[in-house]
Amino acid sequence: MIDVKNVSKFFYVPHEVKALNNVSCKIEVGEVVVVIGPSGSGKSTLLRCLNRLEVADEGHIFVDGIDIMNRKTDINKARAEMGMVFQSFNLFPHKTTLENVTLAQVVVRKRSADGAREKAMALLSKVGIPDKANVYPDRLSGGQQQRVAIARALAMDPKVMLFDEPTSALDPEMIGEVLDVMQTLAREGMTMIVVSHEMGFAREVADRVFFMDHGAIVEEGTPDTLFNNPRHERTKLFLSQIL
Amino acid sequence: MAFSSSDTRMQSKATYYFWVGVFIIFMLSVFSGTYFATLKVDYVWRWYRVPQYFFFKDHVEIRSEIQGDVAKIDRREKETVVYISGDGEQAKYTLPAGSLRVAEKDFIYPGDILGFYEKWKVGILLDGLWLTLKVSVVGIVIGIIIGLFAGLARISANPAFKWTAITYVELIRGSPLLVQIFIWYFVIGTVVNTMLAGKGFGQLPPIWFGVAALAFFAGAYVAEIVRAGIQSIHRGQTEAARSLGMTYAQNMRHVILPQAFRRIFPPLAGQFISLIKDSSLLGIIAIRELTKATREVVTTSLQPFELWFMCALLYLVLTFSLSMFLQYLERRTIT
Repeated sequence: MIDVKNVSKFFYVPHEVKALNNVSCKIEVGEVVVVIGPSGSGKSTLLRCLNRLEVADEGHIFVDGIDIMNRKTDINKARAEMGMVFQSFNLFPHKTTLENVTLAQVVVRKRSADGAREKAMALLSKVGIPDKANVYPDRLSGGQQQRVAIARALAMDPKVMLFDEPTSALDPEMIGEVLDVMQTLAREGMTMIVVSHEMGFAREVADRVFFMDHGAIVEEGTPDTLFNNPRHERTKLFLSQIL
Repeated sequence: MAFSSSDTRMQSKATYYFWVGVFIIFMLSVFSGTYFATLKVDYVWRWYRVPQYFFFKDHVEIRSEIQGDVAKIDRREKETVVYISGDGEQAKYTLPAGSLRVAEKDFIYPGDILGFYEKWKVGILLDGLWLTLKVSVVGIVIGIIIGLFAGLARISANPAFKWTAITYVELIRGSPLLVQIFIWYFVIGTVVNTMLAGKGFGQLPPIWFGVAALAFFAGAYVAEIVRAGIQSIHRGQTEAARSLGMTYAQNMRHVILPQAFRRIFPPLAGQFISLIKDSSLLGIIAIRELTKATREVVTTSLQPFELWFMCALLYLVLTFSLSMFLQYLERRTIT
């Protein structure tokens, strides 16, 4: 499903950093991968390179057979197949919850207004807030906003869902409701890549866990092996600091 | 304290009203000082002469177009009809009752006055005010369109777009509007009109170049307003829209510009109001907007004091009522 080959990415501002250093990985259909690691380790950069929100400098990325790094690829078409959920939700504040979920369906997928609304209502029910359909995002709690953001991404019928620290900006009591939605999604067989600090979620839901540090995937494995028997010193150090 | 919520130093009601009194006395002394100063230079104020420049009663003479005798005069209640029959031609003129200047059997030459009527006409000041409003509205509408594209080009990654926009904005903002108007009229205007004449077309009137100067001038400022408005929208909005597969144009159209517009609206309204004032420079290329109209009236009436005050007041009425209207619109669209 996703094939990342020798990808490197440099940042030049404020000073030169190798954000991704020759990263390679493969993710199969239906797999749930949780990416962990200290801040600045390149987790988010890797995720954002997958749908070209960041352009990688070297290597190849294929998502569902589409060559993401080829400049001739219609990236908008490719992005429509990849849902993305952000740390800061990024809901459209000038649109209601319902409009947030219908907008891209109508504009990008060219669905009829009625069809889009039906789909949006079904998804809002799925994430548990159908009653907030006609409310503007600033009236929603953080957890509700993030669930709307998930519904917005799902409305495009994506083949992959990318989660960029979806619970990091949430108050502790709201993390559970978002993780529940994600867990449901995983159980339904969605291919998911989740950058997260939620170790409990990783243990319970992930098929594999990647540990990243200094722009490289240092270690990967099932949650069980990675959390209980880490091989690398850096993994051990990181786990000891957060657990 | 309700009357001075923003100023906590104003302690008692008495102090407050004392300073209100100071304000009123200050204003009165400024106005009366001006008035008495003008008396010292023997200026005679004649405000009663001003209204005629808003509306006036025009005296229109009705003249015969043919030569002949007055065949018949038909006096009706409100009008008088004069029939003239000449060498093989007939004519009929309707005059208001009481304005008749001819009698039956009179011999009439072409151009002889048969009578007259009076008609209310719009005066030159009101004409000028209307033209000022028109050129400003057209100027700002075109200016907003230019500014929108220039603003988008300004933040584009494409160096051709970006540097064109920067050059445009810097050139316009860095030179006086008066000079730009001269360039539009005397340079571009001459070139365009000479080329049109060479191709056998008519000439473009000065107002086209005047409006173009205003539009391009406003466009540069609007471009900066648009740029700032777009850049004030969080980057995450674009990322969310693009990650859903929206194109650049779809993102702008559905996500960024609707949000940016709410922030842009107040400075845009301010730009419009200052364009109304800037349009006063158009008089220099023979466009008779309010300032030029006032200048013409001053030269004929020799009443500069009343007329220039009136001119300023008319601009104030225009800008103030506009700013009230725009504030109302802003409240309606944003909340």
